[in-house]
Amino acid sequence: MNSLQVNVEFGGGAELLFDNKKTVTISLPEKKEKWTIEHLLIWIKDNLLKERQEMFLQGNSVRPGILVLVNDTDWELMNTINYIIQPNDRILFISTLHGG
Amino acid sequence: MTTNKKELENEIRTLKEILYQKEKELEQLNKVFEKSSNLSPSEISRYSRQIILPSVGVEGQLTLKKSAVLIVGVGGLGCPAGQYLAAAGIGKLDILDSDEVEITNLHRQILHVERNIGETKVKSGYDSLKRLNSNVEVNPLELHANGETLQKVFSENKYDVVVDCTDNVATRYLLNDMCVFNKVPLVSGSALQLEGQLTVYNYKKGLCYRCLFPVPPPPQTVTSCGEGGVLGAIPGVIGVLQALEVIKILLDFPGVLSGRLLIFDGSDTVFRNIKLRQRNPQCVVCGDNPVITKPIDYEQFCGSKAADKVTDIKILNSNDETDVKEFNSITKKIVIDVRQEAEFQMCHLPNSINIPYKNIVKGINLEALNEILTGVNDNEKVYFLCRRGNDSQRAVSLLKEKFNDSCAILLSVAGGLNAYSKLIDPSFPLY
Repeated sequence: MNSLQVNVEFGGGAELLFDNKKTVTISLPEKKEKWTIEHLLIWIKDNLLKERQEMFLQGNSVRPGILVLVNDTDWELMNTINYIIQPNDRILFISTLHGG
Repeated sequence: MTTNKKELENEIRTLKEILYQKEKELEQLNKVFEKSSNLSPSEISRYSRQIILPSVGVEGQLTLKKSAVLIVGVGGLGCPAGQYLAAAGIGKLDILDSDEVEITNLHRQILHVERNIGETKVKSGYDSLKRLNSNVEVNPLELHANGETLQKVFSENKYDVVVDCTDNVATRYLLNDMCVFNKVPLVSGSALQLEGQLTVYNYKKGLCYRCLFPVPPPPQTVTSCGEGGVLGAIPGVIGVLQALEVIKILLDFPGVLSGRLLIFDGSDTVFRNIKLRQRNPQCVVCGDNPVITKPIDYEQFCGSKAADKVTDIKILNSNDETDVKEFNSITKKIVIDVRQEAEFQMCHLPNSINIPYKNIVKGINLEALNEILTGVNDNEKVYFLCRRGNDSQRAVSLLKEKFNDSCAILLSVAGGLNAYSKLIDPSFPLY
């Protein structure tokens, strides 16, 4: 079995939904199609996100106000939910801050 | 003794007001003398440490002197940003805020000092900045930022850069749009708890706030500094970096933080620089065919108030609530404080039991609560208490459903500990 290893990171308060963990290394099981971020979001929902899903997800994407960054680049430049995850990618979900 | 203290405080307040007016009068008189387009000997000495930088030089210093910057929000970000901009010799610095200085501001809003409590932030900020650099024209704008007030401010002034030091989503969209309409770069900072974020919008065809966030976040996902807390040095770091970006824009440096987002995590002292998307040609405000060409109703758009103050809720019937006076009159009672652990440690009523609301929601660590609610006598009252009386309402509402077979009467204390401090015991900390 070839699993796909990915580093998932949370910041800006999004980590509060994940037991306050800022970094989680996960192994995605092998499957027929390639792993995209859309699939990863479902995996996160089923495996990591225990509560208040609406604070993180909306439809098949993240909720407004969460930025997704793949290897320090805005996912908008990487085909958003359709980005095909590569081994050891660093995928950061950051909630934007508004305080001052 | 108390009357003397009150009288003295009032006298000092009046004298300060007179001093403030006189200083402003003097500034108006000074303005009559046309500002020299050269640097005076004292200005050369004063700014020499930055003038000798090849990338600044005399020309750069003169550019700063001719520049006008608007800082919106004289709080955790606006104070350090204003301080470094005034010190650097920006010609005209307008500061806009409608709040007054509170004691809870002082750990991070470093232009304000103890004796400024109760004054407007713009007045206190004006005093501090003028004391730091009297060469700078500082204009205190005591206004609530909304479409109307900002349109007036922008029509009467020409700004080279605007600094977003605000504390709420609605004002951030408003400022973005105003900067797009008026073609002014926007240096945007934010901070919460131990993290900060910084970027520059609307700079040389770069993206704007709406390109990055076309849809505002759901209001319940937004946390304010008053709720989530913030370590003072965090907005300090971001505010100082905002001042740096302003100066770089004014001096046309090549490395301005546009199209990039700086994320600062103070807990690990890590700075990350994220590459952002480009300007969206379909953006409703800065796109090729903009739909929004004048300010909209931002509070409606965001579903939240243009302030970081908490709005009080009312979800219980009046027979599920009690006021602090009645609550206080009962000597022996069961009191459950549903605030977070850290808040409970900070201050709490004697004999109250801490069961955080977040645990009640998650349904974890509720053994103590179970024991209480199943062990009480028939019709015994159990009081729920929090900071303002909002979470205690939510807790009662939730628990009435969960423990519908309990014979206890669950009551939320209206107004919470804030009301207790104001009406019963002023020595109880108000925060």
